[in-house]
Amino acid sequence: MTENHDDTPLRLKTGLAEMLKGGVIMDVTTVEQATIAQDAGACAVMALERVPSDIRAEGGVARMARIDIIESIMSTVSIPVMAKCRIGHFAEAQVLQQLGVDYIDESEVLTPADEHHHVDKHAFDVPFVCGCRNLGEALRRIGEGAAMIRTKGEAGSGDIVEAVRHMRQVQKDMRELTLMGAEELMTAAKDLGAPYELVRIVARDGKLPVPNFAAGGVATPADAALMMSLGAQAVFVGSGIFKSQDPATFGAAIVKATTHWDDPQRVLDAAKSISADAMAGLQVDKLDPSELLQTRGW
Amino acid sequence: MAARTVGVLALQGDYEAHARAIEQLGHRARRVKRLQHLAGCDALVLPGGESTTMLKFLQDEELFEPLAGWCRSGAPVLGTCAGAILLARDVTGPPQASLGVIDITVERNAYGRQIDSFVAPLEETPCDALRGLEAVFIRAPVIREVGPEVEVLARHGGHPVAVRQGPVYAATFHPEMTADTRLLEQVLQD
Repeated sequence: MTENHDDTPLRLKTGLAEMLKGGVIMDVTTVEQATIAQDAGACAVMALERVPSDIRAEGGVARMARIDIIESIMSTVSIPVMAKCRIGHFAEAQVLQQLGVDYIDESEVLTPADEHHHVDKHAFDVPFVCGCRNLGEALRRIGEGAAMIRTKGEAGSGDIVEAVRHMRQVQKDMRELTLMGAEELMTAAKDLGAPYELVRIVARDGKLPVPNFAAGGVATPADAALMMSLGAQAVFVGSGIFKSQDPATFGAAIVKATTHWDDPQRVLDAAKSISADAMAGLQVDKLDPSELLQTRGW
Repeated sequence: MAARTVGVLALQGDYEAHARAIEQLGHRARRVKRLQHLAGCDALVLPGGESTTMLKFLQDEELFEPLAGWCRSGAPVLGTCAGAILLARDVTGPPQASLGVIDITVERNAYGRQIDSFVAPLEETPCDALRGLEAVFIRAPVIREVGPEVEVLARHGGHPVAVRQGPVYAATFHPEMTADTRLLEQVLQD
């Protein structure tokens, strides 16, 4: 396992995340879907075997996507291609890096491979994104080498409430750090379960040292605008595009609302372009706690 | 140098990094998402990001022709990475529409995928002012052809990486991702 010896690799890793800002990253399971996503204006696609709502419905072990599917998506679209590995499954991650995917999502949507350890992401040249529910979790993942953070939300639910909860929690945790005196930060680090050096950086800057995106429950243009208004710098949409009744239109509308999130007329225009139903939703507070994906990882 | 209003195309990408650099130099940054935001801009920056995404907005929201016209008006323009792709005359790998305001042919993602992204100091610099500039290349394009009116300011590995045609500048790397603002200063001093 190698450690970064200078800041060049991290700058390159966060650099691609910088380029994705203001955009929409769409979950796709086939080449056809990837092409629809690119044509709809996606700034990247996430290749996976089943979208989260299907994983939820069908059950079974959810793993890294089939390599031939990822490969065919990579050779078809010109935008960046991400893929998911299971939490702690560094061998899946090594395979994805060897394949040449542009970003790896160490994701709670897949069945965890390790209940105690996440991947040592410093050991990779390919950048990683990881989910979080609060600042401590975000900083633990950054400490392990993640170059982008996203909210976990509740994937496959179509219910935005958890993504809102997680984004607000991270923002609140960060604001609190900025108000603390230097002598309080070690206690804060202990309470957050987060690396002290990263706690100091957040206390100084008031923001994460890597880009901070939203994910987990985005199903409509207004959902995307909501997350951008709450401080997300870009939006992941999982089941919301290809489980809707009109993926091309939903995709384009969510892209438009993400760019123009601060212009209600444009968000309205985006919403108006849709004349089909959004994905069917699952109310998260009616789910059995054992069905939650967000509690995977720590 | 008097403070100027510099527009940054803010449809998608790292436009906030450009806005920070512009403000560091004492200018005003204006995020341009709609046509009317261009009025009163003295210069314009097209940021890094995904060129296909930005192009879709330019085409769908009828910004394409007005923006091309604005870029030909003689005001300073800088495009970085995806921005350079948008400014080019021709784009390959795969082909896509472009504003055609600088006489270059650009091949997208020509170095490979993210794993092939790199940082390198610029050593081959016909433009002395850019020597040693730390250039960050992320899924970068390559400038394959330059027209007779185009001046090459810097090369890396034999390829032009910073070029200008009159007041229109294109760079295949990301000067906005370092603290070195020499290229932006040069664009704005014209």
